[in-house]
Amino acid sequence: MSNEKTLGEVLRQQGITRRGFLKFCAATASLMALPPAMVPRIAAALENARRPSVIWLSFQECTGCTESLTRSHSPTIEGLIFNAISLDYHHTLQAAAGTHAELAREKAMEENYGNYILVVDGSIPTGNMGFSTIAGISNREMLEEVAKGAAAIVSVGSCAAFGGIPHASPNPTGAVAVTDIIKDKPIINVPGCPPIPVVISGVLAHFLTFGSIPELDALGRPLAFYGKSIHDRCYRRPFYDKGLFAETFDDEGAKLGWCLYKLGCKGPTTYNACATTKWNEGTSFPIESGHPCLGCSEPDFWDGGGFYKAISMPTGDIARTAVYAIGAGAAAGVALGAVNRARKARAVKAHQKVTIDDLEKDS
Amino acid sequence: MNDAGSTELRVKAGEQLTFNVEPLLHEIRHGLKRLLETAAATIIDLRSIPLAPGEEERIISELGTGEVQARMSALGPSEIRETRFPGVWLVTHYNSDNEVIGKFIEVCDIPQILKAQAEDIRDGLAQLTARLA
Repeated sequence: MSNEKTLGEVLRQQGITRRGFLKFCAATASLMALPPAMVPRIAAALENARRPSVIWLSFQECTGCTESLTRSHSPTIEGLIFNAISLDYHHTLQAAAGTHAELAREKAMEENYGNYILVVDGSIPTGNMGFSTIAGISNREMLEEVAKGAAAIVSVGSCAAFGGIPHASPNPTGAVAVTDIIKDKPIINVPGCPPIPVVISGVLAHFLTFGSIPELDALGRPLAFYGKSIHDRCYRRPFYDKGLFAETFDDEGAKLGWCLYKLGCKGPTTYNACATTKWNEGTSFPIESGHPCLGCSEPDFWDGGGFYKAISMPTGDIARTAVYAIGAGAAAGVALGAVNRARKARAVKAHQKVTIDDLEKDS
Repeated sequence: MNDAGSTELRVKAGEQLTFNVEPLLHEIRHGLKRLLETAAATIIDLRSIPLAPGEEERIISELGTGEVQARMSALGPSEIRETRFPGVWLVTHYNSDNEVIGKFIEVCDIPQILKAQAEDIRDGLAQLTARLA
């Protein structure tokens, strides 16, 4: 591991010309959601940037965040950035295991104490420490130890940023976010389930380029990516303004690409870059595929009351029936299933379209 | 669906989904005026704009093709094409897997990336000097 070389030197060693470097900078500016006019400044900063050491800790997570990053198009600008950082510990990606892996972590910490970037994905259990351990070390203990020497912490994914799915009710492991444990370090939250790969690398690129953390919102998210709601940047927004909504997934409005608000779209309350950056090499994003935004980059999105319930609408008859069912006991619960089954049967008989309630409720 | 139906759907979608083409063309027009009056370049990152399906294609089709087309090979291919409006360029960068990593509309005399760069000229000079030594 050598952190002595500047990024300019590393790229030149790889035979990358100045033109290639300018192309890299143009794509990096786009990556960081900065205006193209910033390219000369980015070029000057990146030329002299030194490779920071990165330690990546994975706790209670599904590896989706790492998949998002590593399955993105390759070789890539993201790939180049990873050449530009020294990823010294990532227990999913590294070849070493057990004692050797932990030694690599300890060595990276010692050599770069006070200067390395700590990336965390996954939430941290606060109940029984045995719920999640690495090399016999509890998640909380490892986080606290590695955070001490970090220059900054990047919480990648909604689990590390807000507790995410492990934190969802009833939260059996007592899962919490990094910010609930570490209070004395700059922490950048990069939520999403998973986050967009270029957003993860864009944040690392910002640190690499400017040596500082980007401007953050009240939830600790970089404003460059999370400054605008999905709704405000959605190409379907004009339909919302005109009151044109899809009422079901297969009605005429859905086919004409109208607003998905009534189908439960969380775009108005969700801040993320999906509507402009998009997914799969810029192909599309969920709304473009005809599915409402789930709000995965917001705290407690899993407990938001139903993915297919419109955000400011009452939860509907089914929910009210469910409340009565709880009061009346299990027999009424069975009755609720029967009500739904009967409704579906009627719909089939009348050739009605499948409704949101059909999708939401298991009969 | 019969022909009339498909035409109707296409017209509807075309009219209703396209909200960004005209404003973007206005922005380019302002950029051209600025270029003539102050020599200041304008660069628009097409990825920063929330485009509806088909809008990017419409913008590119509106801009058309002009007299100059260049292809660059550095960190994967890039295409630099002057549009039918002189001074308006479409610059598309690809990675080595031919996936788009950046798409820009540049309003300028010539995109910066097309010019030979001092660092590369210096390297080339050294190589030629070594060859002749």
